[in-house]
Amino acid sequence: MAGGILESFPTLTIPRFRLPAFVSAVGNRLPQWPHAVVLSTGLNAVLKMKLLPEDSLELLEGRSFLVDVLDTGGRACFTFRRGLFRPVFTPPQTPDLAFRANLSAFLQLVARQEDPDTLFFNRELSIEGDTELGLIVKNMLDAVEWPKLSRLPVFRH
Amino acid sequence: MLQQKLPELVCPAGSLPALRAAIDNGADTVYLGYKNDTNARNFAGLNFDHKAMVEGINYAHARGRHVLMAINTFPQPGREADWHKAVDGAADLGVDAVILADIGLLDYASKRHPDLRLHLSVQGSATSYEAVNFAQREFGVRRAVLPRVLTLAQVELVINNTPVEIEVFGFGSLCVMNEGRCWLSSYATGESPNTVGACSPAKYVKWEKSPGQMSTRLNGILIDRCADNEPAGYPTLCKGRFEVGGETYYALEEPTSLNVLEILPDIVRIGVSAIKVEGRQRSPAYVAQVTRTLRAAIDELGRGLDRFKVKPAWQAELSKVSEGVQATLGAYSRPWR
Repeated sequence: MAGGILESFPTLTIPRFRLPAFVSAVGNRLPQWPHAVVLSTGLNAVLKMKLLPEDSLELLEGRSFLVDVLDTGGRACFTFRRGLFRPVFTPPQTPDLAFRANLSAFLQLVARQEDPDTLFFNRELSIEGDTELGLIVKNMLDAVEWPKLSRLPVFRH
Repeated sequence: MLQQKLPELVCPAGSLPALRAAIDNGADTVYLGYKNDTNARNFAGLNFDHKAMVEGINYAHARGRHVLMAINTFPQPGREADWHKAVDGAADLGVDAVILADIGLLDYASKRHPDLRLHLSVQGSATSYEAVNFAQREFGVRRAVLPRVLTLAQVELVINNTPVEIEVFGFGSLCVMNEGRCWLSSYATGESPNTVGACSPAKYVKWEKSPGQMSTRLNGILIDRCADNEPAGYPTLCKGRFEVGGETYYALEEPTSLNVLEILPDIVRIGVSAIKVEGRQRSPAYVAQVTRTLRAAIDELGRGLDRFKVKPAWQAELSKVSEGVQATLGAYSRPWR
């Protein structure tokens, strides 16, 4: 496996799975703000490591993003403003960009195990809203050069 | 024993991680482009700035691999200098060759940088040995990438009648196979690969979800409607479904991927110099998967062309990443003329 954040675990493959329906039924009723906080914090950590290209970041200014994990019922809405990713607690009716997929597809994307176009062709990932913005985000994440896990701040003592 | 030289495996790189994925998984050569409209994959956030170029070229060269730079769009009136600058930049960076389509640019490159190796892009649309030999005679072109419109016999005819190395496509999304001459995207949006470096630019694309289906619009024109579990293709006019004579179907082309695994021994036998993988717009994951698979297949060829058998695992890996429900041999195997 090349380049993914999980490259230190070359034998780890994420299978395609779908969580049982009751998970999303429960998840839908849980508060959604923790997802937005966690995701924004994670993105800001990546930002701090200067892994995201400035020219692409500029294009995200003031735009709203929704990550919708269908089979967990979890949704995270966030925006990028003045150099930071910020959670949005009352999501707009139509965010500028929405990614929807099951948890396994999102994990496969993050691990660079599957290509977003592949998931899109197979209808496992849907992109709604500003398509060009979607392409910017996709290409920005593709271009990130993940450091080896041992060099991530968490693993340094 | 091996009679023929094995073809070079040429893989796409839209980012530094994709380039590393190609090299690490066995590409002999990678091709890339600048972050601007001098190449035909000018997508937002994709491609290389100068710093990434330097790093990518160093990474490849340190491992004995080659780097080709695609400058394969057509210089637009009044902006020729941008394309000249790209060629000059490629020469300065020390790429192993540039891939050009425009005759004026070929002329510029051959005069300005006589030592720079020139490849004729698929966008140059050279389908006959006369066209290939013209590019060789006039500009010293060393390799030509053939458009995906020729049968294997026709590719062989070209190879037998030219000193120029021939590169063919081995895997990737198929378009309407009118490379270098297609204006469908311009018809819908006013922009096309040859002019702005992108087919059906994302800013014109809208996917609309409604219960049970997804509609695809290109510049407001409804080009397709998919049921929830139906596979989707790239949002281009050629892959849309239209109502013709009372029936709605893929009137131009069904979303399809080219896959030449089955005819690899024939490709080697007729003397193809290089096999190209489409997809600079795809992610490092795709590049790794496809490169790894084709590397294994080409290595297997090295053990004897007659012994070669396509492994089901290779087909499975490639069909997973394919656009469309089917992979075909494209024009290579076409009984009709």
